[in-house]
Amino acid sequence: MNWTLALPELVLALCGLAILGVGVVQKCNAYYACSMAAIGAFLLTAVLVLGAAEGTGYGGLVVSDAFSRFSRVLILIGAAAGVTLSLDFNAKEGIDRFEFPVLLVFATLGMLIMVSANDLMSLYIGLELLSLSLYVVAAFNRDDERSAEAGLKYFVLGALASGLLLYGSSLVYGFAGTTNFDHIADTLSDPARATPGVIVGMVFVIVGLAFKVSAVPFHMWTPDVYEGAPTPVTAFFAAAPKVAAIALFARVLGGPFGDLAGQWQQVIVVISLLSMVLGAFAAIGQENIKRLMAYSSIGHVGYALVGLAAASEAGLRGLLIYMAIYLLMNLGAFAVLVSMRRQGRAVEKVSDLAGLAKTDLSMAVWMAIFMFSMAGIPPLAGFFGKMFVFKAAIDSGLWTLAIVGVLSSVVSAFYYLRIVKVMFFDESAGALDARPASSAFVMAASGLFTTLFFLYPAPLVAAAQAAVASILG
Amino acid sequence: MNAAGFPLLSLLTFLPLVGAAFILTLRGEDKVVAENARWAALWTSLIVFALSLILWFRFDKADAGFQFVERLDWLTDFGITYHMGVDGISVLFILLSTLLTPICILASWDAIQTRVREYMVAFLVLETMMVGMFCALDFIVFYVFFEGVLIPMFLIIGVWGHSRRVYASFKFFLYTLLGSVLMLLAILLLWFRAGTTDIPMLFEHAIPPALQTWIFLAFFASFAVKVPMWPFHTWLPDAHVEAPTAGSVILAGVLLKMGAYGFLRFSLPMLPQASVDFAPFIYALSIIAIVYTSLVALAQENMKKLIAYSSVAHMGIVTLGIFTFTVQGLSGALFTMLSHGLVASALFLCVGVLYDRVHSLDIARYGGVAKILPAYAIVFMFFTMASVALPGLAGFPGELLVIVAAWKVNPWIAFGAALGMILGAAYMLFLYKRVAFGKIAKQDLLALLDLSARERLVFAPLVLLTLWMGVAPQSFLSFFEASVTALVVRHEAALGAARLAGM
Repeated sequence: MNWTLALPELVLALCGLAILGVGVVQKCNAYYACSMAAIGAFLLTAVLVLGAAEGTGYGGLVVSDAFSRFSRVLILIGAAAGVTLSLDFNAKEGIDRFEFPVLLVFATLGMLIMVSANDLMSLYIGLELLSLSLYVVAAFNRDDERSAEAGLKYFVLGALASGLLLYGSSLVYGFAGTTNFDHIADTLSDPARATPGVIVGMVFVIVGLAFKVSAVPFHMWTPDVYEGAPTPVTAFFAAAPKVAAIALFARVLGGPFGDLAGQWQQVIVVISLLSMVLGAFAAIGQENIKRLMAYSSIGHVGYALVGLAAASEAGLRGLLIYMAIYLLMNLGAFAVLVSMRRQGRAVEKVSDLAGLAKTDLSMAVWMAIFMFSMAGIPPLAGFFGKMFVFKAAIDSGLWTLAIVGVLSSVVSAFYYLRIVKVMFFDESAGALDARPASSAFVMAASGLFTTLFFLYPAPLVAAAQAAVASILG
Repeated sequence: MNAAGFPLLSLLTFLPLVGAAFILTLRGEDKVVAENARWAALWTSLIVFALSLILWFRFDKADAGFQFVERLDWLTDFGITYHMGVDGISVLFILLSTLLTPICILASWDAIQTRVREYMVAFLVLETMMVGMFCALDFIVFYVFFEGVLIPMFLIIGVWGHSRRVYASFKFFLYTLLGSVLMLLAILLLWFRAGTTDIPMLFEHAIPPALQTWIFLAFFASFAVKVPMWPFHTWLPDAHVEAPTAGSVILAGVLLKMGAYGFLRFSLPMLPQASVDFAPFIYALSIIAIVYTSLVALAQENMKKLIAYSSVAHMGIVTLGIFTFTVQGLSGALFTMLSHGLVASALFLCVGVLYDRVHSLDIARYGGVAKILPAYAIVFMFFTMASVALPGLAGFPGELLVIVAAWKVNPWIAFGAALGMILGAAYMLFLYKRVAFGKIAKQDLLALLDLSARERLVFAPLVLLTLWMGVAPQSFLSFFEASVTALVVRHEAALGAARLAGM
C-alpha cells in the first residue's frame, strides 16, 4: 500500500494538532502565531499536493489524481486567503482566539479528504469534518446574537443535509452492494443493475450535496448564515467549501454515477435554473452586502452547475474553470467587505460604500473590477468562466439553460452595477478606516488575477482539462 | 509578418493601456496630477493617432483580403487565437477612433475638473476597446472588446454626467448587455459547429438556412441595440443627454458604428440567406427610424436630445444601405458611417462649447448666439449643413449612394430615405435658427467669449475632414471598394449556391 498518496492530508492533520497543542500550552494570546502557522501549513500542504504521486490507496478509500490535485490547490488557496482575511478583523472584533485557525485547518483537512475520496464513506467523513468545524466557526463570535443564530441554523440544516446524504449512501450501498466509486461505476455500467433504488439513493446524495453548495431549493440557510457569521468566516464559507462541494459534485456524478447521466442531468438542470434565477432576482433588494453576496453566490453556483448539467467533458471542464475564477474573485470581493470599517466598527450595508472612489480609490477600483467580473463583463475573468460553461451547455443542446442563464446574468448585472454606482457615483458617506495590509494583499492578488486572466488563460484551462480527463477516465 | 513590419494593430490597441497605466502611477498634489494626466493622455492618444496614419498610407486598396494580420496563440486548442487584421471595411474606423480620442481629450481639457486622472484613464481604456474591436479577426476576441467598451463608458456617463446620469448609465449598460449576451450564445453555437471562432474561417463555414434565421435574430438583438435601430433606440437619447460632451462624441462617433459594423462584418457574410430574408424587415425599421425619429427630433427642446435623434435617423440610412446588398449601398452606408462619425461628433462638440459657457442644454435658453460668438456660429453652421447633407460636405455622398441603391430595390424605400433628408434639413435648420439667430433674449449671454484657441484646434481637423470627404469622396471610397465588391460577390455566390441546393 502506498501511504504517501495521502501525504498532504496527513501532514495537514499533524500541523493542525501541533498548532492546537501550541495554542493550548501558550500562556499569552497565540492567535496571530497560530494563524501564521496555519497559513504556513496550507502552503506546505499545497507544495506536497503539487508533488503528490497518483493512484488509489487505503483499500480504495482515497484517490490522488489530477482532479483531486486541481481541487486541493484551489481549496488551499481559499483557506489560506480565508485565514489571512481574518487576521485583522478578529483582532478588532475581540474574537482573536487561537481556536479559530485550528478550526479552519481541520475544516480544510475535511475538504481535502472530500475531494480525494474514492468511497462514499471517506466522502462522508471528510464532509462531516468540514461541517463540524464550520458550525463552530459560524458561531465563533459567541457574544453576538446573530453569529450564534447563524451557527445554530447552519448546524440544524447542515445536519439534515448530512442525514440525507448518509441515507442516500446507504440506499446506494444496499442496491449496488458497494460504496467504492470504482465498483459503483462498474456495477452501474450494466443498465440492468441501475435499479430505481440506486437512482433514489443517488438523488438523495445529490440533495445532500446541493445543501452544501447552497443550490436552490436547498439554499435557505445561506443568506442568514452569511449575514450572521463574522465576515472573514463568510469569506471562508463562500470560497473554499463551495469549491470543495462543487468538486465533489463533479466527482460523484461524473465518476461512479457517470452512466446514470440521463437520470441526474434533469435534476441538475432544474437546480441550476432555479439557482441562477433566484440568485439574480433575490439579490436586487438586499441592503446588507453580505446578504447580497449570499444571493450572488447562489447565482454563481447556478452558473457552475450549468457545466455539470451539460454532462460532458467540456461541461466539467467549464465547471472547474468557473469555480477557480469564482474562488479568486470572490476572495477579492470579501477582502473589501472585511475591510469595511468606520471609526473602528464593522459596517456591512451597501450604502456604507458610498463615495468610496473619493476616499479610497484603489479599493473602489478593485471592488468595481470584482463586481464587473462577477457580472461577466469581458475582459475580466468572470466572463471566461461563463463562456466555458455556456459553451458546454450549447454543445449539449441545453438551450433553455443557456438562454435563461445569460438573461439572468443581465439581471444580476443590475445589482453588481449598483455597488459600482454606490462607490463611484454617490456622495461620500464618510471615509472608511484604512484597510489592513492583509486584506489589501488579498485584494490586490485576486484583483490582478481577475484583470489579467485574459492575457494567458491557457494554463488554467489545461489544468482543468487534465483534471476532468482523470475522472472521466 | 505584416505590411508595417511590426505588430502595428496590437500596438495601436494596447498603447493606450500603457498610457493609462502610466497615468495611474501619477502621485502628488491634485492640481498637478490633473494637469499631468491631461498631458499624458493627450500625448498617448496623439502618438496612437500618428501610428494609425501608417494604416492610411500603407493600406493596399486593391487587396480585398485582410492586411496587417497578426496571429498569436491564445486558446489555440479550443480554436481561439488572438487574430488581428484590417480590411477595407474596418480600416477607416480605426482611424476614426484614433482621431476622435485626442479630440475628446482636448475637448475635456477645461470641462472636466473633478477626478481628472480617472477620466483620462477611462478614455484611454475606451480607446483600447474601440480599436481592438475593429481589428479583431476572432469572434471571441471581438466580443471581449465589444463588451469591454461598456465598463469605461458606464463610468464616464455615471461619474461625469449630468443630473440623471445614474438612470442613463444603467439603461445604457443593461440594454446593451441584454442584446449582447444573446449574440454571445450565437457565437458559442458557431464555435461549436465550426470548431473555431476565427472570423475568416467562419466565412467559409456554411450554415443551414433554418439555423441562419436564429443566429441572425441573436446578432440582430445585439447590433440593433447598438446601432440603434428603432424601436431599440430609447437608451440613446438618455445616454447622450446625460453624458459629458466627450462621452457623447465617442458615443455618436464610434460606439454607434459598432452595431452597423457588426451587421457588415458578421450578419451579411456569415448569414447570407437570413440577411436576404430579413431585409424587408430591416427596410421597414430603417424607414420608420428615419421618418419617425426625424419628426421626434423636430419637437425636441434639448439640443443634445435633438442631435441624438438625428443620429438614429442617420443610422437608419446606414442600415438601409447595408441591406441593399449592392456595392453602392454598402459603400454609401460605410461612407455615411464615417461622415456621421465626424459630423455628429462635431455637433456634440458645438453643443459642448455652449454648455461649457452657460451650463444649459435647453434650446430656449439661447438665441442670437451668432451675434455674440461669430466664429462659433460659422463652425456650427458648417456642421449643421454637413448634417443636412449639403453637397460638397461630408454628409452628401454617402446618403446619395444609399438612396440610389435603395431606388433599385424599391423606389418607395428611396422615397422614405429622401423624406428623412428633407426632415433632417428641417430640424437642423430649426435648431440652428433658434440657437444662433433671433433676438438676444438673455442678457447674460452677451458676456460669452468666442472660441478659444484650444476649441479652434479641436474643430480644425473636423472641418478639414468634412470638407475633404465632401469634395473628394473618392479618396475615402477607394478604401472600401475592393472589400465591398468582394463581399457582394461572395454574398451573391452564397445565395446562388443555396438556390442551386434548393432545386
